[in-house]
Amino acid sequence: MRSRWWSVAAGALGLALAVSACGGGGQDGGEDQVEVFSWWTGGGEEAGLNALIERFENENPDVEFVNAAVAGGSGTNAQAVLEGRLQSQDPPDSFQGHAGAELQDYIEAGYLQPLDDFFDEQGLHEALPDELVEQISYEGSVYSVPVNIHRSNVLWYSPSVLEEAGVDGPPETLDELIEAMEAVEAETDAIPMAVGAQWTVDHLLESVLLGSLGTEAYNALWEPGADWDTPEMAEALETFEEVMAHTQEESAAEDWQEAARRVSDGEAAFNIMGDWAAGYFDELGAIPDEDYAWAASPGTEGTYMWLSDSFTLPVGAPHEEHALTWLELVASQEGQDTFNPLKGSIPAREDAEPAHYADNPYLESALAEWQSDPQLAGSFWHGVTVGNRWKNDIDTAVGLYLQNEDLEALNEALHQAAQTE
Amino acid sequence: MSGPATRPGAAEGGTGPRRPTRARHGSRGRRLRTRVRSWGPSLLLVSPSILLIGIFVYGMIGWNTRLALSDQHRPTDEGSFVGLDNFVALWQEARWPAAVNNAIVFTVVFVGGALLLGWLLGLLLDKGIRGEPVFRTLFLAPMAVSFIATGVVWRWLMNPAPAERATGLNALFVHVNLDFLVNTWWTAPDLGMAAMALPAIWQLSGYVMALFLAGFRGVPAELREAARVDGCSEWGVYWHVVMPRLRPVTLSAVIIIGHMSLKVFDLIIAIAGQQIVADVPAVYMWSTVFEVRDPAKGATIASYLLVAVAVFVIPYLVWTMREERSEGR
Repeated sequence: MRSRWWSVAAGALGLALAVSACGGGGQDGGEDQVEVFSWWTGGGEEAGLNALIERFENENPDVEFVNAAVAGGSGTNAQAVLEGRLQSQDPPDSFQGHAGAELQDYIEAGYLQPLDDFFDEQGLHEALPDELVEQISYEGSVYSVPVNIHRSNVLWYSPSVLEEAGVDGPPETLDELIEAMEAVEAETDAIPMAVGAQWTVDHLLESVLLGSLGTEAYNALWEPGADWDTPEMAEALETFEEVMAHTQEESAAEDWQEAARRVSDGEAAFNIMGDWAAGYFDELGAIPDEDYAWAASPGTEGTYMWLSDSFTLPVGAPHEEHALTWLELVASQEGQDTFNPLKGSIPAREDAEPAHYADNPYLESALAEWQSDPQLAGSFWHGVTVGNRWKNDIDTAVGLYLQNEDLEALNEALHQAAQTE
Repeated sequence: MSGPATRPGAAEGGTGPRRPTRARHGSRGRRLRTRVRSWGPSLLLVSPSILLIGIFVYGMIGWNTRLALSDQHRPTDEGSFVGLDNFVALWQEARWPAAVNNAIVFTVVFVGGALLLGWLLGLLLDKGIRGEPVFRTLFLAPMAVSFIATGVVWRWLMNPAPAERATGLNALFVHVNLDFLVNTWWTAPDLGMAAMALPAIWQLSGYVMALFLAGFRGVPAELREAARVDGCSEWGVYWHVVMPRLRPVTLSAVIIIGHMSLKVFDLIIAIAGQQIVADVPAVYMWSTVFEVRDPAKGATIASYLLVAVAVFVIPYLVWTMREERSEGR
């Protein structure tokens, strides 16, 4: 008798295991929904997304909107989750990604549908700057709809520290920057250039390269097999080394917020960071032009080094029709003007309504600059010009440089990274 | 395991005794049935976990090894067999040896520090301190904290800012006029990982203490008495009588701490994030798999990690099995 009880128990356990194993997959929902995947789960990003969702639901009352946002800074967690879903052929209807080469892996793996027809129907070739469309194209096709534009090459500075150091206004060239940093070092207790953890040094590097090489030469760096072993590059890296010599010792233990905050607190003269810092300064209650001010990073006036969040259409999206409705909203002037003032970025379209951005001094100036037809350069660190592999190689080279300060090895590693692509 | 006996056993456990068997085989059948009754049900009960472990642990190790021996450097590649090429290639780049070096520095300091401090705390408690249970709990408490939480706190404590902007421990040093102690902690290029081991030591020395305390208590009082009667000093008692009997405890402590140390990931991420200065193999593997999306290289790093951990764990398993056998269990 005992053995029978045991076997019943074992059978029940086996059954329970079998049931729980099956339980994961059965959440397929109805026909009328659209699932959108992003990493916008906090602050202005979430507020912007929610405003878009509200608009979508008002316009499409029959369609249920499923917000599949995964928390985690700049999407690293979300990307791991997404990778799993795409590999198991369970894609969301649309997912967020940085426009440009960062999507290349997905495109090569055949996860994304080209959106050329969609771009034609929606007139996006007219609405978006030609150079932008060209920089996000992969083998002649576009695969994502850019919803916003952030700028990477912004120099944030503390007017009070510059005044104390006797520097008139923000430096316009890298040579002026170095002079200004030397003056700050000599005249004040402030840190000349605040940086944070390794990735913010990558961010600084791209602005220094753009400022030193010029827009055209910078853009040419990202052709596979490009020559990085040139005298111009060596000079740019020497400038980079000089800038790094004026950063604070404890930078590795700080993230971008702490580094940016040193500027608005008057503890540092300069910080080069993307324009999301403006939203952070707002949160801190810092006053523009008083606690902090901005300019294009030295040597890059007239060039907009951009990055962009965009939405895609995966192959096998379960509700493709509704996904296209979502992309239509995201691409539209109204959609972008709803989202961007909240997120703290400017729309990718050139026909945005400036009135929506008038309350925010930074966004107002950024939009004016975007609409005045600047030259464009893609941010490598934020995935516009290079795929993840190349980007990681550069990050490793920069990290090793921070350890051993061997500039020649850095140049060699950067050159190698371009060759292996 | 006698082959034919197990298979019908599994089935019979469910359906009960089969009469014809008994009629034909007489006493042999009865013996078989008794044996089946005694361990058939337990086999059935553990078979799901054997199956799951077989697939999800050993199957996956096999799959990982196959991947590490292939050239599937993109998720979409087919991948063909390339032998040990990936294993060799890792040593030719700059990042991997640096990460291995960091892991070694971390492990040496972490294991040594936790052992020394744990031993010292155990010794103090063994000497009969008042309120021993309170101290025991206090020392053991950090173990209940996750490495992530420990990391967040120690990231602040070990802020590397120089004296004029000092916070955390550096500020404390400045405050008590010990400015020469102000240092750059884990951000120091070569031996920074030694500082990274401090939070880990803080977290696990209480556990090592508990192990040693049990070891100390396991030494019979008569032995110590006998030594004292023979004129041995109190230190002599510890050195000549107690310590030799702690070897097994020390070994298990080294193994447990050592293998935790080699696969450390969360503590590093919480304190340093992904930076070369604090790079270790587990972090490198994570960025290779999830950011670069290079399955073969990620699997290679995973294989090295497995081997490194096995170096610690396998002798331990062999040793415990031998122990158990000698104790006649």
